[in-house]
Amino acid sequence: MTTTTQTAAVETRAPADNAPWRPDGGSRLGWAIADTFTVVRRNLIVYTRIPEFLFFSTVQPIMFVLLFRYVFGGAIHPPGGGPYVDYLMAGIFVQSVAFGSISTAVGLSEDLQKGLLERFRALPMARAAVLTGRTTADLCRNIFVVGVITGVGYAVGFRIGAGVPAFLAGIALILFFAYAMSWGFAVIGLSAPNSETAQVMAFPILFPLVFASPAFVGVNSMPSWLRDFATHQPIGVVVIATRALTEGGPTATPVFQALLWCVGLLIVFVPLAVRQYRRRA
Amino acid sequence: MNNAIEAENLEKTFGGQVRALAGVSFTVEEGTVFGLLGPNGAGKTTAVRVLTTIVRPDGGSGRVLGHDVVSEAGRVRSLIGLAGQYAAVDENLTGRENIFMVGRLNHLARDVCARRATELLERFGLTDAGDRPLKTYSGGMRRRLDLAAALVARPSVLFLDEPTTGLDLRSRNDLWEMIEGLVDGGTTVLLTTQYLEEADRLASRIAVVDHGRVIAEGTPAQLKADLGATVLDVGLPDHAAAVAAAAVLAQVGTKPPMVEGSSIELAVDDGPRAAMEALRILDAQAMSPTTFVLREPSLDDVFLALTGKRTETETDAEALPEDGTHGRGRGRAKAGSPTGGSR
Repeated sequence: MTTTTQTAAVETRAPADNAPWRPDGGSRLGWAIADTFTVVRRNLIVYTRIPEFLFFSTVQPIMFVLLFRYVFGGAIHPPGGGPYVDYLMAGIFVQSVAFGSISTAVGLSEDLQKGLLERFRALPMARAAVLTGRTTADLCRNIFVVGVITGVGYAVGFRIGAGVPAFLAGIALILFFAYAMSWGFAVIGLSAPNSETAQVMAFPILFPLVFASPAFVGVNSMPSWLRDFATHQPIGVVVIATRALTEGGPTATPVFQALLWCVGLLIVFVPLAVRQYRRRA
Repeated sequence: MNNAIEAENLEKTFGGQVRALAGVSFTVEEGTVFGLLGPNGAGKTTAVRVLTTIVRPDGGSGRVLGHDVVSEAGRVRSLIGLAGQYAAVDENLTGRENIFMVGRLNHLARDVCARRATELLERFGLTDAGDRPLKTYSGGMRRRLDLAAALVARPSVLFLDEPTTGLDLRSRNDLWEMIEGLVDGGTTVLLTTQYLEEADRLASRIAVVDHGRVIAEGTPAQLKADLGATVLDVGLPDHAAAVAAAAVLAQVGTKPPMVEGSSIELAVDDGPRAAMEALRILDAQAMSPTTFVLREPSLDDVFLALTGKRTETETDAEALPEDGTHGRGRGRAKAGSPTGGSR
């Protein structure tokens, strides 16, 4: 009797140890989500291993807060007439996540260079998980950055004008926009020959979008052609919508337009990024 | 015996010009180690990339355990493991985290991944280093970790792309022992290498690859039969002396000697005995060699025997951080006058 039980025990253990453990069951979507989570975890671990990166990704936005609050702020009179710091913060949020999305390009480009993406291709993982994992990890980093900036903004006098729920909706909008931008920069990261090039390629795209916008100053002083560009390009639209949500004002139309831009960016860049990933990796 | 890997007329051209594979065919029996031997740029890595589903072939077909590498790529990926010369593991993660990640991406349960990571770290002598980021690892440790990660899901077929290129002798020996251990476990291994010694030690069959083609295939013994078991290199003061010495030493070798510049290369069977005899002959002729070396045949010698020319040691493309003495070139001027003995 005892012998039989023992044999049975050994037999049940044997296949578990020797047979391949890969479960063939489970839905494709289920595995895609699990794989994304694995890649997110890897990217977040890397962020914690290089705390300097996380630290310095908040330093630049903080310097911008201080620069505009104390150096330029006195000379700028926001269109609404309220305190400049309240006007400023929407611009700072959007600018920070926009420049932060460069790291999606740099990170993917580095993975490509190191041969890591090639190794991923030989694994039975979901193809898209490399990209969804990277963009989701960058979303997590953006949540952190936006949190820090909110704190700094509060310290220099920023106050929520339209209530906490509206403010949180504004933050959600910024993060959604950041996520969409990450896909755009994923395309650049996968197209660039190396990570240094990815970085310098990203900058000239972002610079005009960030500064030719109502991020830091009202558009009324701009020439009319520039004003039209500033208020209709994605960063401008998202800044206007975020400002409406954080400072107060009519929200329906700007928020709708901003969401439209985010969805539009995703519709264009997700397939492009996937295509580029298939090609390069 | 079933075939674990079948490559049939694989073709691959990069950028419309570089013909990496020009119709490569071979089969690997289940549970054996097969070596693809060839110089840099011969197409070995491309063959591995095709068979591991990383790139699609332009022509021909590949099957792993009966599954097509193009139409059933997903199935193939779940059966194979890949470890390569570039040790593509994440250097910011610890060894344990790397193995865990590859395990998860192979869709193993978390607890299984954790257990496998511990097991594999121990098996590859990395237990102490397991919780350190890879940045702190030496080259040999990285290769070992790469191999460990490739094994996490117990693949039936393992691809090793130049597993020891650029490693020092000790790390290379360690890795060889570990690879031999795998084979005892029944895993089929496809190994690419530039080192005849490595293919000889690990593989039961070898295909020699050059310019995207298999130019010879057989057991190591068959390939080496052509070469003689050992090579005797004798250096003389000048070319004339070398030619004269080659004439008298011909009787010692299994094949006519080769003269390059002032040195002679002679394939011999029983190394030490042939060496004594050669010295005796030289002494009797009052010829004094400046150098006298017995060595294992190298990839260079295999190539010479197969193609009549030496491997083109390209110095530009992917210059590997290599010893430069082991295996191939022996630091001898390749452009020496090939007035070659009586070949």
